[in-house]
Amino acid sequence: MSYSLQSFLIVSSLLFCLGTFTVLTRRNAIGVLMGIELILNGAGLNFVAFSRFLQPPQTTSLLSGQVFTLFIIAIAAAEVAVALAIVLALYSQMKTIDVDDFKELRG
Amino acid sequence: MKEIVLNVFILLTVVPCLWVALSSSIVHAAFSLLVTLFGVAGLYVLLGADFIGVVQVIVYIGGILVLIIFGVMMTQRGKLLPLSVQLPGRLFGGLLSGIILVTLILAASRSLWREAASLADPEPTSAAIGDLLLGKYLVAFEVASVLLLVALVGAVLIVRRSVRGE
Repeated sequence: MSYSLQSFLIVSSLLFCLGTFTVLTRRNAIGVLMGIELILNGAGLNFVAFSRFLQPPQTTSLLSGQVFTLFIIAIAAAEVAVALAIVLALYSQMKTIDVDDFKELRG
Repeated sequence: MKEIVLNVFILLTVVPCLWVALSSSIVHAAFSLLVTLFGVAGLYVLLGADFIGVVQVIVYIGGILVLIIFGVMMTQRGKLLPLSVQLPGRLFGGLLSGIILVTLILAASRSLWREAASLADPEPTSAAIGDLLLGKYLVAFEVASVLLLVALVGAVLIVRRSVRGE
């Protein structure tokens, strides 16, 4: 693929959709977490690609897209720490991390 | 030359990503995720985002992936549970994400992006990002740091409570 905005957008769409597929089809809670990481990476790649290729409006800096990606990475770190804590707590309570077994809250 | 490097990094990103989604072993999926994250870091560098590339390697590969692998190791005692749902569920998931993929690719290739007339040569970005973080985005920066602190304390609290069995 050539060095253009479209190539990067296609790669990030692939990351996003493989991420949604992973989230939808995994039964292992940690597998679901990996899918979420793929989705966040796709979004971050999109931001950086836009900040490289698009014409910024007069008032904004070229680098705003990269700052957004930094925030995405920080929030992903917080998210994965809390999510793994929840998974470990569930594992010590229920001896499994199969998301199909967690149905206490089902209406 | 640039295109060859670009294609190498795209392959390095997408092929292990397929393995993350389809592998039947959670350990293989975790290590494929490592290669995918490294490929994305390479793409960041190719886009002229040197600082983000390094942050990606440090935070994702050095932090998040190590956490995930720890999680895999601590929850794999006893019988191995089947990693994915049954076939109808997989077909449904594949259909849904396939529809999203086609829509996104159509949108990306058909839209009229307001692209910059000429690409400037990439410059070091750390200083400018620092200016933005402590200037225009100061509030978001401080909120993110409080969020990280809360997540840290919350994660410890959740695990401690379940260890003591309260």
